[in-house]
Amino acid sequence: MSMPSERVAIVGSPNSGKSSLFNRLTGLRQKVANYPGVTVEKKVGSCRLPSGKQVDIVDLPGTYSLAPRSPDEAIVRDVLDGHCAPEEQADLVVAVVDATNLERQLYLALQILATGRPAVLVLNLIDAAQAQGIAIDVPAMERMLGVPVLAVSAKTGFGIDRLRTALDTRAAANGNGHGNGNGHANGYVNGKGSGSAHADGNGNGNGHRLTLEQALDPALGYANVERIIKAVVRRVPGRQAPRAGLDRVLTHRILGPIILVLFMGGVFQSIYAWASPFMDLISSGFAALAGAAQATLPAGPIRSLLVDGVLAGAGTVASFIPQLAILFFFIALMEDTGYMARAAFIMDRVMGAVGLPGRAFLPLLSSFACAIPGIMATRTIENRNDRLTTIMIAPLMTCSARLPVYALLIGAFIPDRYVLGILNLRGLTLLSLYLFGILAALAVAAVLKRTVLRGPKPLYVMELPHYRMPSLRSVAMTIRNRCLLFLQKAGTVIVAVSLVLWFLASYPVSKPGTPPSEALRHSFAGQLGRAIEPVIRPLGFDWKMGVGLISSVAAREVMISTMATVYSLDGSGDPSMSLKQTLPKVRNDRTGALAYTPLVAVSLMVFFALACQCMSTVAVARRETNSWRWPLFMLLFMNAIAWAASFVVFQGGRLLGWG
Amino acid sequence: MTSRTLALLAPGDRAVVRGILAEKEFAMRLMELGLTPGTEVALIRRAPFGDPLELAVRGSHFSIRRSEAERIHVDAL
Repeated sequence: MSMPSERVAIVGSPNSGKSSLFNRLTGLRQKVANYPGVTVEKKVGSCRLPSGKQVDIVDLPGTYSLAPRSPDEAIVRDVLDGHCAPEEQADLVVAVVDATNLERQLYLALQILATGRPAVLVLNLIDAAQAQGIAIDVPAMERMLGVPVLAVSAKTGFGIDRLRTALDTRAAANGNGHGNGNGHANGYVNGKGSGSAHADGNGNGNGHRLTLEQALDPALGYANVERIIKAVVRRVPGRQAPRAGLDRVLTHRILGPIILVLFMGGVFQSIYAWASPFMDLISSGFAALAGAAQATLPAGPIRSLLVDGVLAGAGTVASFIPQLAILFFFIALMEDTGYMARAAFIMDRVMGAVGLPGRAFLPLLSSFACAIPGIMATRTIENRNDRLTTIMIAPLMTCSARLPVYALLIGAFIPDRYVLGILNLRGLTLLSLYLFGILAALAVAAVLKRTVLRGPKPLYVMELPHYRMPSLRSVAMTIRNRCLLFLQKAGTVIVAVSLVLWFLASYPVSKPGTPPSEALRHSFAGQLGRAIEPVIRPLGFDWKMGVGLISSVAAREVMISTMATVYSLDGSGDPSMSLKQTLPKVRNDRTGALAYTPLVAVSLMVFFALACQCMSTVAVARRETNSWRWPLFMLLFMNAIAWAASFVVFQGGRLLGWG
Repeated sequence: MTSRTLALLAPGDRAVVRGILAEKEFAMRLMELGLTPGTEVALIRRAPFGDPLELAVRGSHFSIRRSEAERIHVDAL
């Protein structure tokens, strides 16, 4: 066995450009995973140093301080002070600061140095700092801090080679068991002249270093920072960060919200519209594969498994990729430019009304297209309870998969009339369903925040970083990582559930020549539909609708093709069109009465609005919460309120004589 | 010099932090962001819907909710 590689940990505040530095050092040799038991992500990659040595690089979560309060911060602290598994320990720490925001970010960097871990300090965004007229005396800083200091631009690649060399030197120094003359590795105490009342008179002459305990005290820590800044930073007057002008427009009282709404509208429109040609391409690709399998393989269980189980599941998984890629393109763009923080700034008041932060806005908006990208987008919400609440209510937003079902039922049962002269009743019904979903989500959020997700009120302080030009490289990396994660973690669950659904619909096998509707009736899915009939009868549903509901677990719109099979449509033409004519005539097996009335249709739509039927949503919620507890809770509460609401609609409607 | 809370400043006003009247945890968080006593802060603007507020502290800008700003006592400059 080879020696385990040395580990280099990258530590810094949010907005220090830490992740772009990580991307710059590791390139495509990186992967994202979770720390055991928590939802905090762990990004690990590898980097070859000039000496040929290979080191592992870990991108630790962004933090403002080493005082551990959140799970993210606890992980950073544990890695730095060695309270973690031996394989997680960092041999070398790269403390990253944004050179344009030195005063605040140096506060954390000094805490990192105070832990005594071998470290180098990286002044990232040095190009932006120069443009803003900030000059930093790097050699003086090295002398004061006693560690190598490197001016770098992760975006342009400036200084990266020197950083690699410095990592090599530091790593070699560690390996030889002696320091490199900076007297660093022993973590001595030296508060000399730190501007605080404290000084222990260590005569080293180059120390502006506090103990970790002192560095964790904001007053002492910042006093020390101010002293260092005064000695090493010079400002060319007159030059400014490109923030004032842009902010005057983008967070303007009237223009700000208008620009945000237009931008969000654009994002939403693209998830909806731009993704569909790619989704069509993917589904025709899978259809071609299925066709090829049909043509080459002999009919039988293997072919059926491959075509209706494996390919169907894989097709479902792949069809989400265009939406995910487009949404994460915009999210990465918003995060990298700094506009995300402004959007949250504007929306905070609105979302705050239901107890959520402004950042919950984008995930919830995206969920109108599909809850899968919406739930994955909640990663931008820092507070755990806020994030979980958003994940729980995201599936209540009316997603695009509900639309075909609504369109079918509205087309078949809601009269094409005008009310009050101008409002089309069908349009009004659709609008009501959207509003119903939103209201239900707000109510659930309010309840969750007061019960299971009640917690200490988080601090909603949020940094409004400098505007920056986005780097295409890191945008591309974000899209790639998100899509890979989805394929690996949620994709496997979706394929597995597809196989179960295939099995339920295909077994026990009927005699050859049995009509498909009969075969489905005798399958496990058909039996299950009948088994759940007593539960759904009070909602006005019969067992055939039960089979439809079971099949909609694959994706809500699958209900339509299942219904077409159940009602023995010949399969020619658009199933939605022929169903529209068939459904109003279908009779209930048991009672002989019409199976669907407008009231049943409304009850069914209300059920669709609230129920958690979508396996992909459950799978992605599992991946994002890193547990089965929350997705199972989601499944239970959503279906419980869906049942209750449909019950009220159907039984109430009957009492009023509507059905 | 008049003492008041940060929430009462008008956009464009500058002030010096006197102290944070809140439980330790909360106060620590704000101080870690640089709001230590004696630090100069400026209220840049209010968000379009009136809340939160944008502050400038130690060269960086923060959004802070009104209810949080009410806990920070400052001397107006």
